[in-house]
Amino acid sequence: MANATQSPLPNSTWKPRIVAFFCNWCTYTAADLAGVSRMKHFSNVRIIRLMCSGRVDPQFVLEALAKGADAVLIGGCHPNDCHYVEGNYKCLRRYQMLKRMIADMGIEPERLRLEWISAAEGEKLKRVVNEMVETITKLGPLGLPQKFEQWDREMEEFANHVAARDAAAGGGCAEHGTNTQPLETAHA
Amino acid sequence: MKPIVPKKNEPVRIGFYICHCGTNIASVVDVEAVAKYAATLPNVAVSRTYKYMCSDPGQELIQQDIQESRLNRIVVAACSPLLHEHTFRKATEAGGLNPFYFQMVNIREHDSWVHTDRTEATRKAMALARAAIQRVPHHKPLEVKKVGINPNVLIVGGGIGGIHAALTLANAGKMVYLVEKEATIGGHMAKFDKTFPTLDCAMCVLSPKMAAIGSHPNIHLWTYSEVAKVDGYVGNFKVTVRRKPRYILEDLCTGCQECVNACVYKDAKFADEFNLGLGKRKPIFLPFPQAIPPVTMIDPEVCLNFKRGKNPDGSHTVSDKCKKTCVEACGDRKAIDFKQTQEIKEITVGTIIVATGFQIFDARRIPYYGYGVYPNVYNALEVERLINASGPTEGEVILRNGQVPKKVAIVHCVGSRDENTNRWCSRVCCLYSLKLAHLIKEHTHAEVYNFYIDMRTPGKGMEEFYNRIAEEGMHLIRGRVADVYPDPNDGATGRLVVQAEDTLTNKILKIPVDMVVLATGLEPHPEAESLRRMFNLSCSSEGWFLERHPKLAPVNTFTDGIFLAGCCQGPKDIPDTVAQAGAAAAEAFALIDKGHVEQEPNTAYILDDCCGCKSCIPLCPYTAISFAEDTKKAIINETLCKGCGTCVASCPSGSIVQNLFEDVEIYSEIDGVLAEGLF
Ligand SMILES: Cc1cc2nc3c(=O)[nH]c(=O)nc-3n(C[C@H](O)[C@H](O)[C@H](O)COP(=O)(O)OP(=O)(O)OC[C@H]3O[C@@H](n4cnc5c(N)ncnc54)[C@H](O)[C@@H]3O)c2cc1C
Ligand code: SF4
Ligand code: SF4
Ligand code: FES
Repeated sequence: MANATQSPLPNSTWKPRIVAFFCNWCTYTAADLAGVSRMKHFSNVRIIRLMCSGRVDPQFVLEALAKGADAVLIGGCHPNDCHYVEGNYKCLRRYQMLKRMIADMGIEPERLRLEWISAAEGEKLKRVVNEMVETITKLGPLGLPQKFEQWDREMEEFANHVAARDAAAGGGCAEHGTNTQPLETAHA
Repeated sequence: MKPIVPKKNEPVRIGFYICHCGTNIASVVDVEAVAKYAATLPNVAVSRTYKYMCSDPGQELIQQDIQESRLNRIVVAACSPLLHEHTFRKATEAGGLNPFYFQMVNIREHDSWVHTDRTEATRKAMALARAAIQRVPHHKPLEVKKVGINPNVLIVGGGIGGIHAALTLANAGKMVYLVEKEATIGGHMAKFDKTFPTLDCAMCVLSPKMAAIGSHPNIHLWTYSEVAKVDGYVGNFKVTVRRKPRYILEDLCTGCQECVNACVYKDAKFADEFNLGLGKRKPIFLPFPQAIPPVTMIDPEVCLNFKRGKNPDGSHTVSDKCKKTCVEACGDRKAIDFKQTQEIKEITVGTIIVATGFQIFDARRIPYYGYGVYPNVYNALEVERLINASGPTEGEVILRNGQVPKKVAIVHCVGSRDENTNRWCSRVCCLYSLKLAHLIKEHTHAEVYNFYIDMRTPGKGMEEFYNRIAEEGMHLIRGRVADVYPDPNDGATGRLVVQAEDTLTNKILKIPVDMVVLATGLEPHPEAESLRRMFNLSCSSEGWFLERHPKLAPVNTFTDGIFLAGCCQGPKDIPDTVAQAGAAAAEAFALIDKGHVEQEPNTAYILDDCCGCKSCIPLCPYTAISFAEDTKKAIINETLCKGCGTCVASCPSGSIVQNLFEDVEIYSEIDGVLAEGLF
């Protein structure tokens, strides 16, 4: 896959990368409606279709951010309108938990947005997408993969430093014996 | 063709196809570049572009490649999966593969139609294609589930739309439940005297159909009833219907109306709903002479045998204070029952047709037209009743003061095409205004002024109708009426002045008239919102029920097995309502006749890794998950699971898998759309 990740088109300057999880029945359909109505919007939002916003596993959101997304947008049906009765409420609960979690991780809360967009709201879809792109453009890149690399490098340096210190001390650490292994990196 | 079952360790070979969609996609997305890019991705064996992938040759291309290049996964980048996923799954299957080895990429609705920058749109198409190409290796062969379908049909709303659909299905031998909230079926059409464009008599065509509904062995007609609850899904809806008490036993009432004549009230003195208050009725009454069912009813709000006011639960208490001359008159038929209470019916149906129609715009919302203030300002429906031979004036167009108007103004587009009220064109108002102009002239020889913004007469025979009426010598004035006010030169006749600018001559006109008719537009019912919730439908922003696709699925909804007919979907005339009702009946019939419904195999199942924490069990809205005490693990009942995936997202041990939306599949999509350099 190495060459697949190479840019096939030159000159890409930074633009926000936003992953969207839309439920099949409302928000995905709203995005289709925006299309049929030719409502122009930014191209930075990449939509992944799920049957219901209740399918959005918090892990999906974290994975997207970890893989380089600058923000995540979740779209579902309005309260009481979920095709599966109440998947959107379950989603709302997880969203609130995620909001707190990412804040604790030092990630701006604006990078996660949940919107109820019905199948008829092509206009709202366009507005939300455009707003989100503008907000994230202002915030700048999140760059978790780069941060992970940096943290890995720091960890490695730290491990080397410890090893060197132990070697200099001669006897090694009493608890671990002489052959101190380099510390495992956080994101190998 | 022999089905190709990829062997366990056989390498994945993907066929990638990108559609030009004529120029719809190719004019914005560089399809050749995307195909070239896709060819560099792992597992891609074939990568092509084609003008129209959904055409027969496009589909054959896939089938041929499956055979010749031993493909075992197919990805098509084209329009929305909601439009053509089915088509390409079928093509994949026709090529010999399991249809679920297919994945679709939406690069039209979500890309070429909404972006203008070619580079950005192309990059997005590449990223989306990559997501699908990374996803398909994880796809599994799946089976479409078939479940039986209940052949009975529920039709909600007994206007011309519901009536036509009900008769079509009942004549084809299906059992139909027709639920109407008013005491009689007929809807708006039953109120008209004549209909455009033919000017044929409305009841002459409608009443035989209404009578056929009343006597049809395959139709259960429940008037004065409402749907209270809907559960279940296509093929098997459980519906609760509430039948409100009319205090008359339908089976025993013969419709003779002797009770009405015998009522202690000698004169009719209560506003009669069917005539929009222009006529009067007694506390016991038949909604209108041709009502179906031809059964009287009692209004407990005014009947002397009931205590005044409602109980908190909406019911009424019998006071027994009246002589009950009606009961005497009914005699042995014993059809009057003051103790009747609401009745709850539970039925099971396989399909539902919603035909709940519209309401007219409330003209009081435009205060300067003076509706509700000046007695000589009428809405169009009231005038339909005045013209009607069986209406409150027996077809005489007379004003509230008993005079025959000599000059009449008809104001078009009241509550239509107006930023301040409703933006849409109600489609029938120009035409019914011409109809009313003709009928008023015919009945009164009055001079008629039609004030219009644009004269909109599309449809078969409509322009001819317009020409015909115009030749009868109407004043047709192009201009929106700005004001209606009492004529200062008038004494007590209630004469009004209509002020408008004639935009063809640029003159301000002030025309004194005896009667103003407001061509009120069509609006969604206020309870459309609660119906929408109950039936799990979508509404347009205006509040009309949303069809699944404006061109290709105009009577389908986003809920399988529920169809739309008539004005609940948007303003239309009677011919279009009937055509749509026929289409809805045919769609329901097609489903029933197939005998089963096919269900997406996107259900969830639980792996052996389940730790038995039970956290998924309360999450399922369909109670599909239970706990097996012997194995101490949760299990999903596949027939109950609708495939929302809510439980899957919650399982702490990652033991629940949703077919078609497995975790690995979503993760590979996340990775795919975030491809470096494609933003
Ligand atoms: C003034 C006027 C004049 C017109 N003249 C003409 C004409 O000359 N020619 C022509 O082609 N068209 C004409 N039209 C248009 C015509 O009225 C409609 O095309 C037609 O009535 C649509 O039929 P429908 O069955 O969809 O709706 P409706 O006639 O509105 O019937 C809907 C039915 O559903 C019932 N209902 C509503 N909600 C519920 C519920 N929750 N549960 C159960 N039942 C419910 C209602 O009580 C009603 O009986 C005119 C319209 C107006 C306003
Ligand atoms: S949530 Fe997961 S582990 Fe817990 S009972 Fe359900 S399937 Fe088993
Ligand atoms: S996927 Fe949805 S419907 Fe199916 S078992 Fe899980 S929660 Fe219930
Ligand atoms: S189906 Fe849209 S949120 Fe559940």
